[in-house]
Amino acid sequence: MPTPQRTPLHPQHLASGAKLVDFAGWEMPIHYGSQLEEHHQVRNDAGMFDVSHMVVLDLTGNEVTDFLRRLLANDVARIQTPGKALYSCMLNERGGVIDDLIVYFMDDNWYRMVVNAATRDKDLAWIRQQAEDREVQIRERDDLAMIAVQGPNARDKTHAALGARIDPAHDLKPFFAIDCRDTKGEWFVARTGYTGEDGYEIMLPAAQAGDTWEALLAAGVRPIGLGARDTLRLEAGMNLYGQDMDEDTSPLEAGLAWTVAFEPLDRDFIGRTALEAQKTAGPANKLVGLILEDRGVLRAHQKVLTELGAGETTSGSFSPTLGKAIALARVPAAATDNCTVEIRGKQLAARIVKYPFARNGKSLFD
Amino acid sequence: MSNVPNELRYTKSHEWVRTEADGSVTVGITDHAQELLGDMVFIELPETEANYTAGEECAVVESVKAASDVYSPITGEVIAVNEELADAPETVNQDPYDTGWMFKMQPEDAGEVDELMDAEAYNELIAEEGH
Repeated sequence: MPTPQRTPLHPQHLASGAKLVDFAGWEMPIHYGSQLEEHHQVRNDAGMFDVSHMVVLDLTGNEVTDFLRRLLANDVARIQTPGKALYSCMLNERGGVIDDLIVYFMDDNWYRMVVNAATRDKDLAWIRQQAEDREVQIRERDDLAMIAVQGPNARDKTHAALGARIDPAHDLKPFFAIDCRDTKGEWFVARTGYTGEDGYEIMLPAAQAGDTWEALLAAGVRPIGLGARDTLRLEAGMNLYGQDMDEDTSPLEAGLAWTVAFEPLDRDFIGRTALEAQKTAGPANKLVGLILEDRGVLRAHQKVLTELGAGETTSGSFSPTLGKAIALARVPAAATDNCTVEIRGKQLAARIVKYPFARNGKSLFD
Repeated sequence: MSNVPNELRYTKSHEWVRTEADGSVTVGITDHAQELLGDMVFIELPETEANYTAGEECAVVESVKAASDVYSPITGEVIAVNEELADAPETVNQDPYDTGWMFKMQPEDAGEVDELMDAEAYNELIAEEGH
């Protein structure tokens, strides 16, 4: 077993009492004492995540726009404004999801892309293969760390902590980023996140990550582990690659049809043909939210029984904001209302709902 | 380092047992166990007046991480359960040996508790488990 990698913030995690676990070959904090408290902290105040294990790619060159319009299921023609972000799947020829990612348009010849840590090797190999013979350069920015600050007070506390360094981010609109580089380093601030709360994802030189983290701590931003990251994103109805979808899942069955740009009709992207066939036939399954009515905890890979047939949970956990268990589940396309979930040999009653489950820090369900 | 009070007895499945003055026993899960399981969200307690044999599954603790069975440490009848845990399951994490107690039993055989591990033996067990 190779030893796990460490991010530049490893010393800070130890200093904050992190319980470290292996995640995708990285030694990462699962919590710093209580995953439940950390979850509430993000919903009610401000918390920060070390997401330096994620992969930042700069794509440049004369053909980069055309290249991305073919590579991605969503259409970068929609983001031709400096700093604008786009959430997209990257598909294989069968229409299965290789990864989900966010891409930022910075200028005609520069896009920045953030992909998942667990899929780094296959994503890079795929992108590089697709870029052969194109005027596109791909540079992995492993010189950068990344800190995500999230919560209703996240932006205020970040500006209080980091001052002039990120002044340009003051006027950022949601789902936009700004290049804040200066002689001291290449900072990049995006008003994006994976929690359903407002905040920033800050990419910065690795050597400055430790001081930045500590400045945020001093401003009252608490460190948040991966355990809470999962419950936050689930409440917000955000997919997790490898659980809610994988290479054998179509975005149409993963609740991601909205991220596939079928228009304009003449944009040929990888996987288009397969998806059009699925759309015509009508997908057999859909991704829904579940709320468990009985006491218990929903988890991934639990069997779901509906009136129209069986399905399976893809992600599940106890939702601290709702005080109940929630899940995302793949069920027959016409299933509605109620179902049961098999947990430890018993059939427990659950409600089929449209997600997200929480917004603005509050439950959307009584 | 987890807390292992000297005056208690322990099982291999990480329950602790305290003998009370009236001969009844109080049962909970150890600091080591709660730390491994993480934040508790539901505690399913046994019914009072239910009878269990030693080693029989009698309760369930459900944490953010996993559901875990709790086993009766001795043979006897459940005489009380900690109702507070229904609204405050986190008490098991915060105070596993005192306010985080789970249930009380009347042992069928008064001597059975003495056959359980003492603190020293339990410390050895958890050291061997590599934590």
